[in-house]
Amino acid sequence: MITQYIFYFLSFLAIMFGLMVVLSKNPIHSVLYLVLTFFAIAGHYVLLNAQFLAAVHIIVYAGAIMVLFLFVIMLLNLNKETEPHKNVWLKLSAAVAAGLLLVVMVGSLKNAEMIAATNAFDPSVGLIENLGKTLFGEFLLPFEVASLLLLGAMVGAVLLGKKSIK
Amino acid sequence: MAFTTYFIYKAILVLAVFAITLLVATYSTYAERKIAAFLQDRVGPDRAGPFGILQPLADAVKMFMKEEMIPSVSNKWLFILGPSLAMLTACLTGVVIPWGKSLFIDGQEFSLQITDLNIGVLYLFSVVSMGVYGIMIGGWASNNKYSLLGGIRASSQMISYEVAMGLSIIALVMTTGTLSMKEIAAQQHGWHWNVLVQPLGCLIFIICAFAETNRAPFDLPECETELVGGYHTEYSSMKLGFFLFAEYINMFISSAVISTFYFGGYNMPFIGRWVHDPNMLAILGVVFLFVKISFFIFFFMWVRWTLPRFRYDQLMNLGWKILIPLSILNIVITGAVSMRVEILEFFTK
Repeated sequence: MITQYIFYFLSFLAIMFGLMVVLSKNPIHSVLYLVLTFFAIAGHYVLLNAQFLAAVHIIVYAGAIMVLFLFVIMLLNLNKETEPHKNVWLKLSAAVAAGLLLVVMVGSLKNAEMIAATNAFDPSVGLIENLGKTLFGEFLLPFEVASLLLLGAMVGAVLLGKKSIK
Repeated sequence: MAFTTYFIYKAILVLAVFAITLLVATYSTYAERKIAAFLQDRVGPDRAGPFGILQPLADAVKMFMKEEMIPSVSNKWLFILGPSLAMLTACLTGVVIPWGKSLFIDGQEFSLQITDLNIGVLYLFSVVSMGVYGIMIGGWASNNKYSLLGGIRASSQMISYEVAMGLSIIALVMTTGTLSMKEIAAQQHGWHWNVLVQPLGCLIFIICAFAETNRAPFDLPECETELVGGYHTEYSSMKLGFFLFAEYINMFISSAVISTFYFGGYNMPFIGRWVHDPNMLAILGVVFLFVKISFFIFFFMWVRWTLPRFRYDQLMNLGWKILIPLSILNIVITGAVSMRVEILEFFTK
């Protein structure tokens, strides 16, 4: 019962901070709210007994990626004067497009219903031993392909970052 | 164990760890001055109390009494949030460190670790990675070029050295086979200290710990010759005190982590021959751990007052071009050694 209350509380926090990311005027505040959103999501992982995912989520997203975001935004020195002004037609078309998306979402989700989980929830599934065995057993190929993808992205970033290629 | 007993025992443990952390950090400031004085052939603080032993108290009173200044152009909330976050992340780490073996009172077991997370090492690492926010937010909210530069230096330095630190921990986890701090400490009974198994990883970890705590020779974020005071230029009173104090807490926690990971934690070789009472052993274990921690705190200070500061490009070169390749090499060697039987079979077949 108490986990259900915690779930609702965390969901409320995640949605509220997610909204604050979009609504806050200052980009630095947006980044900090996004970090709080990640913490709320990490709380959900802990509720699912997936501590490894929670810790890695914090390390990778909040500890590394958002720090880099903050870094760039601080150096860009964004403020009211440098903010590009969008014209009225652009805003209007954005509103129409978003409204259409809402209609499509409502239409497609109208007949959706809750399906019961086919497998019973196994509380040990998120523990690091089981996760490691699954990743290096059943999903070995996708795991290795993902590592290649990351390596490619890294080499690409280094190449782009270089001023001149000899 | 009854719930009330459990609750009281955990509350006492948390309070004790918190109080000891603050006490050690307070007296580290005194030790730092005395050691600096010793290394520079001076006397050091000797006015407040015998041998200047009350100096930290005098410093604290001074910090509290000073005028509180918040720059009018800065972002007030973030300006206050910066030092608070620095202090919070510094204090969070003590939770997973095993301070000693279990005490047995009335047949009930009282572990001297606040909580034994099965991902303790990762928890530690995630808290360390959050530590950069306090400095960055403080540096940015000051609305001062020197503070911003200090904050950005600190964050890029911490991100760079986190990578090498993480890789050195991976090699350690490969040999210990667990992410629980309690088990890592328990595996090192007798002479099975991890420093003998992972000498290179230990060296890399210690260097990265210096960089993560912003201590000399890596104290570029507060390099006073270039940046006035770095990220805490605009801070005064106890907010400045929090930033400085967080550094000493980080130093204490880093020393505890280095001792636990690589130098046996609460274990001492041969002690089991003379002492057989488990409670006595547990208490002696805490004493041994604190002896090791004191040595590493002294080592931090010794290095600070011996080595000059790095240049920024040298710092980045050391991090990215030396420490990261070395720690990857360490992982490869560790993997090869632990798979030696299979590899030999493969080549002799």
